[in-house]
Amino acid sequence: MKQGRRLLWFAVALVVAQVLVAGFAEIVAPYDPVAQNIMARMKGPSAAHWLGTDQFGRDVLSRIIHGSRTSLFVSALAVGVALVAGGTLGLVAAYYRGWTDRLVMRAMDVLFAFPVMLLAIGVVAVLGPRQETAAVAIAVVYTPIFARLLRGPALVICESDYVTGARAAGATDGRIIFLHVLPNLASVVLVQTSLLLSAAILVEASLSFLGLGTQPPMPSLGLMLSEGRNFLMLAPWPAVFSGLAILLLAFGLNLLGDALRDTLDPRLRGGH
Amino acid sequence: MLRRLLLARLVDLAVVLVAVSVIVFAMIRLIPGDAVAIMLGANTEVTPAAIAALRAQIGLDQPIYVQYFGWISKVLQGDLGTSLWTGKPVAGEIAAHVWPTVQLTVLALVIGAGLAVPAGCLMARWRGGGADAAMRVATVAGLTIPSFWLGIVMILVLATVAPSLQLLGYVPFSVDPVGNITRLALPAFALGLPILANLSRLVRSAMLDALGQDYIRTARAKGVPERGVVYRHALRNALIPFVTSVGIMTGYLLGGAIVVEQVFAIPGLGRLILGAIAERNYPLLQATILMVTLGFVVVNFVVDLLYLAIDPRVRA
Repeated sequence: MKQGRRLLWFAVALVVAQVLVAGFAEIVAPYDPVAQNIMARMKGPSAAHWLGTDQFGRDVLSRIIHGSRTSLFVSALAVGVALVAGGTLGLVAAYYRGWTDRLVMRAMDVLFAFPVMLLAIGVVAVLGPRQETAAVAIAVVYTPIFARLLRGPALVICESDYVTGARAAGATDGRIIFLHVLPNLASVVLVQTSLLLSAAILVEASLSFLGLGTQPPMPSLGLMLSEGRNFLMLAPWPAVFSGLAILLLAFGLNLLGDALRDTLDPRLRGGH
Repeated sequence: MLRRLLLARLVDLAVVLVAVSVIVFAMIRLIPGDAVAIMLGANTEVTPAAIAALRAQIGLDQPIYVQYFGWISKVLQGDLGTSLWTGKPVAGEIAAHVWPTVQLTVLALVIGAGLAVPAGCLMARWRGGGADAAMRVATVAGLTIPSFWLGIVMILVLATVAPSLQLLGYVPFSVDPVGNITRLALPAFALGLPILANLSRLVRSAMLDALGQDYIRTARAKGVPERGVVYRHALRNALIPFVTSVGIMTGYLLGGAIVVEQVFAIPGLGRLILGAIAERNYPLLQATILMVTLGFVVVNFVVDLLYLAIDPRVRA
């Protein structure tokens, strides 16, 4: 039990540290992430450039810090939109039941029928490869997950006495759904949001790696990895460290979701 | 009962397939602006005549429902359209690229799911504070390693240690079986590692669950040897959630393969899809997405049936 708590705090610290560094990128990063320095191209790690420089002499550490911000921003935006859209759909389906429920959930099933990356690539192909469309693509992919996640427990809560009571007291449907049902699902939402943020970091990095997300010269971790690949034998630093940064971001958020699930869900204590 | 259940599943399958086809069909129509001008803009000069010709070729000059039924009836006859720039049938292009991707996906699934069973059983034997936390950190790390980065790092290390090894590209199994497997081993491992992390953890908790059940105590009490208890009684039940997950994993693998293929220069569907996007070859992209999704849907359907077969409780 104690071990689980320690793990949770470790995950919280890791995520908070990363968010702070990325959030204050301008202050934290030692160099301008797009400033080129022809004299210092493809240098290994040194006192001046902790993680080395890339093919244009740009500081890898600064680019990673700014790239992390891009990753976190796009992922947070995408998961936020998915949470609002999917969450609302799931709650509405559970509250009204019948045809509404069947229609909404069947539509979600159809989105589930596509492999995640493929659907995301399809959305980006239609809307054009940009940072914002990558966020839209990830949001589309994760909307059905939130819908399914919230519908189940919401069905149970809608049957409870206090919802019947609220209805008898004349509360509107919207009030019941968002004020009486939603707060009870907070822990489920929190855990899943954290896990999906982690997954979104990986999808965003994949899209950028394929040239379908953030476009140069904007610093992006996936893009750095794909550019660095061309100079892998000469200067492995940009590719290796940018990938490591993606891993750390995704790892922290996933561990956080995982530890939260154990802490918030008493049924799982001691299991797993 | 079983027959009705099967029938219901088949109806579900049909509904999903029709809806998927409508979405894929709508793709070109959802492109903001004039899709035809955008498609042409990639390769040739945009003239009104060229726009009209291409519009007629794709059938965009007809009412939308006529377009859909025209398209779907051709698809059902195996005609996926022609590639915009080469004029070759799209079906042929897909057939030329499908095998590397299928092989990579299957190999990654075999590595990930195959190793997950012994790994999960092993992990179930270590319990308690330190071991639990260590395994959790390890599996979360395995789950979140970007497969394309892992691939690049493996290439970097092996190219330094053993420069003579041929790591990139693809040769068909029928041409060079050894070369085929050695080239696919690294990408399959990179792709399969998150599956291994995910599934081994699933097997572990399912095993721990199963070992705590009454029927295990009964089996022990009637003198079944410990090995038999673990493998015949506990593992069989622990595998039920495992099988369900394998279907979902296939979707992850098909998508991940697109990315990993780029790292290892494998001429699979990923290359076809990215090429189609780059040259705005939407008919080709549309058909490829349709076929891959179809494959995924069918795999999940088969897994569903498998689930019915191994878990008698679902049938009741």
